[in-house]
Amino acid sequence: MKIPQELRFAASHEWATEPADGVVTVGITDFAQDQLGDVVFVELPEVGRQLAAGEAAAVVESVKTASDIYAPLAGEVIEVNGALLDAPEAINTDAYGEGWLFRLRVADAGAWGGMLDADAYAAVAEEG
Amino acid sequence: MRQTPLHDEHVALDGRMVDFAGWRMPIQYPTGIPQEHLAVRQDAGVFDVSHMGQLRVLGPDATAFLSWATLNDPAKLRPGRGQYSMLQNDRGGLIDDLYVYRDVDESFLVVANAANVDAVFGHLQALAVAPTPGPFRVVVRDESDAWALLAVQGPSAATKLDRLVDADLTAVRKNRLVDTTLSGMPVRLARTGYTGEDGFEIFCRPVDAAAVWRLLLEAGVTPCGLGARDTLRLEAGFPLFGHELDERSNPLCTPFAWVVKDKPAFGLETLRAGGCPRRLIGLVLEGRGIARDGYRVLDEAGGEIGRVTSGTVSPLTRTSIALAWVDAAHADEGTRIAVEIRGQPVAATVTPPPFYRP
Repeated sequence: MKIPQELRFAASHEWATEPADGVVTVGITDFAQDQLGDVVFVELPEVGRQLAAGEAAAVVESVKTASDIYAPLAGEVIEVNGALLDAPEAINTDAYGEGWLFRLRVADAGAWGGMLDADAYAAVAEEG
Repeated sequence: MRQTPLHDEHVALDGRMVDFAGWRMPIQYPTGIPQEHLAVRQDAGVFDVSHMGQLRVLGPDATAFLSWATLNDPAKLRPGRGQYSMLQNDRGGLIDDLYVYRDVDESFLVVANAANVDAVFGHLQALAVAPTPGPFRVVVRDESDAWALLAVQGPSAATKLDRLVDADLTAVRKNRLVDTTLSGMPVRLARTGYTGEDGFEIFCRPVDAAAVWRLLLEAGVTPCGLGARDTLRLEAGFPLFGHELDERSNPLCTPFAWVVKDKPAFGLETLRAGGCPRRLIGLVLEGRGIARDGYRVLDEAGGEIGRVTSGTVSPLTRTSIALAWVDAAHADEGTRIAVEIRGQPVAATVTPPPFYRP
């Protein structure tokens, strides 16, 4: 199970990159994609939507189940990964790269530091 | 939780084990459900279905008894042939769906779903001794522990299996059953399955199951779990008991009404009297998403007309398909309906199964 050190994590299995000019990239973790199984559909948020931290923002649907994806930080959606609409399997093959879901202009760049670091998330994932 | 004789093989292959009908079963292997599905559509896959139950019905009245007890007509079976059938209650519904094979004159092998073996066994035993038209001179035995069952399915199944078995597989046509040997091990081979593809079901001794499994894998057959079994049967338009069919389902109102033959049978008058206020339909979604079990089916005005019983996205065509029970007024082919997915109606069209033909 891959857990990159440079990312921060939510207990609900999303990851976020460190804010750069107030923007973070969000996706789901390798653990989450493995639990979901083969992803077949993705529903992405509207660009421009304002999300609260913890608000349901996207849906990742696998053969087995549909799973809500939550905004790990509050902010405005400024870009979504439209390539996933045709190639949702990128979430399985490259959860931290090609499988990213959306980019947020975060309201409070400092909040990122309050998310789980890789070690803390590894403990969460181990509990399932 | 019970384990099949292949449990350790699944674990060794890193199969993802889940609890299913009281059994530890692989839902998938690391290959993943879509790839396992495609292996069966394009090549060959093998499923462990040893959790399914096998009942033996034998005695001088075996044919007459099963003719009364089941909805298809076992009298039409010559020895060495099988048929899809259903076991009905007398309240207008079903106890299970079955495969019934006649192996010799008055001896039948009945294959039942894992979750229903006890109910099927109990019902058959009770019905055998009930007066009018019984009691029947039959014995019903539960032989489930005596058999392991592997299903080898796909366009290459016959070619790959042919190298391993003694029987001439060209002579084993669809729905036929033969006793033969596989690499020296005694097996009972049926040309049947649950995927819509050509293929075979191999009944073998539990002690031989792992060896049969490994020989198939060595022959290039892809191990497949229950996840792919479900997407394959749904694409082929087959029902799964507990989803499409249950104790309240009238088979006469389904695409499988052909199973019900015109002959006296337990509970048949009740089925006929019930009529079809609702029907089992297939549907294809036009929008994105999966119509999952329990989701509401809507008419064009947004009113609820039924519920989805199974749904998936076809790994082969990428279309989103489902089966659903709906009010009969909305069951005709081509009717525009919708499925409510996370609060939003997604347009769909009534499309009779199968959703795929080999």
